[in-house]
Amino acid sequence: MWLFLATEMLFFGPLFLAWIYSRHWNQQGFDAGAQHTELIIGTVNTVVLVTSSLVYTVGVSFIEAGDSRRLIQCCVGAWLLGLVFLWLKFGVEWRHDFERHLFPGSDFAIDGPHGDGALLFFVFYFLGTAVHGLHMIVGLILVGWIIFRARRKEFSAGFYTPVSVVGLYWSFVDMVWIVLYPLIYLIGRGA
Amino acid sequence: MSAIVADTTKHANSYLTDGTTIRSWLLTTDHKRIALLYLGSITLFFFIGGVAAALIRYNLIAPQGMISSAETYNRLFTVHGVVMVWFFLIPAVPVTLGNFVVPLMLGARDLAFPKLNLISWYLYILAGAAALYSLIAGGVDTGWTFYTPLTTAYSKGHVVATIVAIFIAGFSSIATGLNFIISIHTLRAPGMTWYKMPVFLWSLYATSVILVLATPVLAMTLLLLAFERIFHIGVFDPAIGGDPLLFQHLFWFYSHPAVYVMILPGFGVISEIVPAFSNKGLFGYRFVVWSSISIAVISFLVWGHHMFVAGTSLYSALVFSILSFMVAVPSAIKVFNWIGTMHGGSVRFDAPMLYALGFIGLFTLGGLTGLFVAALAADVHLTQTYFVVAHFHYVMVGGMVSAYFAGLHFWWPKITGRIYPEIWGRVGAVIIFLGFNLTFFPQFLLGYLGMPRRYHSYPPEFEVLNVLSSAGATILAVGYLLPLAYLTWSLFYGKRAGANPWNATGLEWRTASPPPTENFEVTPVVTAPPYDYPVREVEQRHV
Repeated sequence: MWLFLATEMLFFGPLFLAWIYSRHWNQQGFDAGAQHTELIIGTVNTVVLVTSSLVYTVGVSFIEAGDSRRLIQCCVGAWLLGLVFLWLKFGVEWRHDFERHLFPGSDFAIDGPHGDGALLFFVFYFLGTAVHGLHMIVGLILVGWIIFRARRKEFSAGFYTPVSVVGLYWSFVDMVWIVLYPLIYLIGRGA
Repeated sequence: MSAIVADTTKHANSYLTDGTTIRSWLLTTDHKRIALLYLGSITLFFFIGGVAAALIRYNLIAPQGMISSAETYNRLFTVHGVVMVWFFLIPAVPVTLGNFVVPLMLGARDLAFPKLNLISWYLYILAGAAALYSLIAGGVDTGWTFYTPLTTAYSKGHVVATIVAIFIAGFSSIATGLNFIISIHTLRAPGMTWYKMPVFLWSLYATSVILVLATPVLAMTLLLLAFERIFHIGVFDPAIGGDPLLFQHLFWFYSHPAVYVMILPGFGVISEIVPAFSNKGLFGYRFVVWSSISIAVISFLVWGHHMFVAGTSLYSALVFSILSFMVAVPSAIKVFNWIGTMHGGSVRFDAPMLYALGFIGLFTLGGLTGLFVAALAADVHLTQTYFVVAHFHYVMVGGMVSAYFAGLHFWWPKITGRIYPEIWGRVGAVIIFLGFNLTFFPQFLLGYLGMPRRYHSYPPEFEVLNVLSSAGATILAVGYLLPLAYLTWSLFYGKRAGANPWNATGLEWRTASPPPTENFEVTPVVTAPPYDYPVREVEQRHV
């Protein structure tokens, strides 16, 4: 699993590299773009996602002690928090972005000398959040699978490898977001 | 020696006869059957890529081009590149020979994740279907490197379908790589320490590390490319502040390590065959092992040498040039060690050995010409010419394809339980060697004289060399069709093979040919060092 996460890191790596590299050449445009993002939703989502991971990790320590019922409760909590994240991100934030014509295209909203850079920023924004969202959905399926297996009493203090492996993945998805969050919302807002 | 040869009479019990329905093949999780599924599909793609190559050479017989349209020609060399790189060279040895032999060499029942192994084959087939779709729908004209902005803004071909194909094929590679690494870590037979592993395992280990770490970079790069192609806005578009050079950096960060994905398994195959047919232990085992690992590491640090003339800074080019020279050191170590292995051994010239000798010669030439293009000043003259084409074909085709055929002949008795006709094997090896040199040596001269690659016509003074090259290609084609014919023939009429027809060491030769589904009746225990061949005192005198 650690190996798989190494693969994932190198998958997201080029995205971040390209993002920072492009920002370096188009700083003002990226700043202009960042100022159109929704800081509040982004921040709430960060809290939601990190909490979700925390809850799941607590679940892992419960099963280490052999408490399968608490594990299920924690997983359900983590699962629901993940769902809240997806809803806020794609149901609310993306909808706002589309309404304000921030999706890169001919009717892109931000004009002026830095319009091009802002356009580039939003290419990264949509691609980055979409790929992260896909990983979230996979994560939800995996957590659901853990709930399903835990309900069939398959895990115990002696065997919980799948639980920890899914936990690794779920935390990894968090960490990707921890990088995305400042790239999207924070850097550039001060300018 | 005779003590480890198993009972060979139990053919009824082999993996080939364990279930004969189509379903038992398509849903199998047996690594040996998956290897055969891969063998079939890879042969198909080798054939498609080969036909494209034949048409390219056909076109270049006349200076004005035999095929009327330059557009068609562009699509041909793109198909050739894409299919050969992603659907033949990268998977070829790992997924066919590797899949079959790795668990046997480890003394294991199967790979660590048999289902993942099957999934990787289905991903490969899915990717292949996407590639075939883009081919039938009209093809792509961008070259296998997909440089922007040609790819994103100007190309009229089916770029997205091809990208999807490569994207999926990448996941198939990653799955295989993960499976090999984990199997080698966890499934070694009792007594098989890391330094008792055959070099083939070491080189597949190095290959898998590259696959796992480099392929995802390509995946993200292609995703960015597809986004730009679909929405006409993207990160490689200079009009809005993007950078096309960024694409080249990311692409070569994957694609140069991928070159070593193609050649490292070949090194592994040759390191098995040379000791077996010299009847002598591998010279300098640890050097060969660590040269594989160091090639894998250095491979990540040399991508910039594809971009010397693309407008990168002089200082970065200098560093990349020096790093590229460093690859030559471990490669040369290997060549010298193979020669050292043969020295003083009793060498037999069976077909696998002939292919292996061809490999050593052609790879050496390909590697040495690599130094020409790694040198900054020479590269400015030679880049984008036929010199580069000849260079990488010597490594990839002369090297890798020879190694693939060497391995295929070497393990053929183990895979099928039949012996191929030896005389035809030798004839095939010689024809391929001669045809290959006639095809590609003239291209060194053409490139040196300045003929650029990827044009469908050329000035008349280059005609003689081009005709020679095309003539060589027909000989090469015969050389490749020959094994297809006699290996297929041997499936039905070949002599039955014993457990160890070559008197080779290695756990795979301790079980029956073909092996039973569970590979070994009793888990083997390893006590001897690898390559425990009779002629050892000679080596000890030299060390």
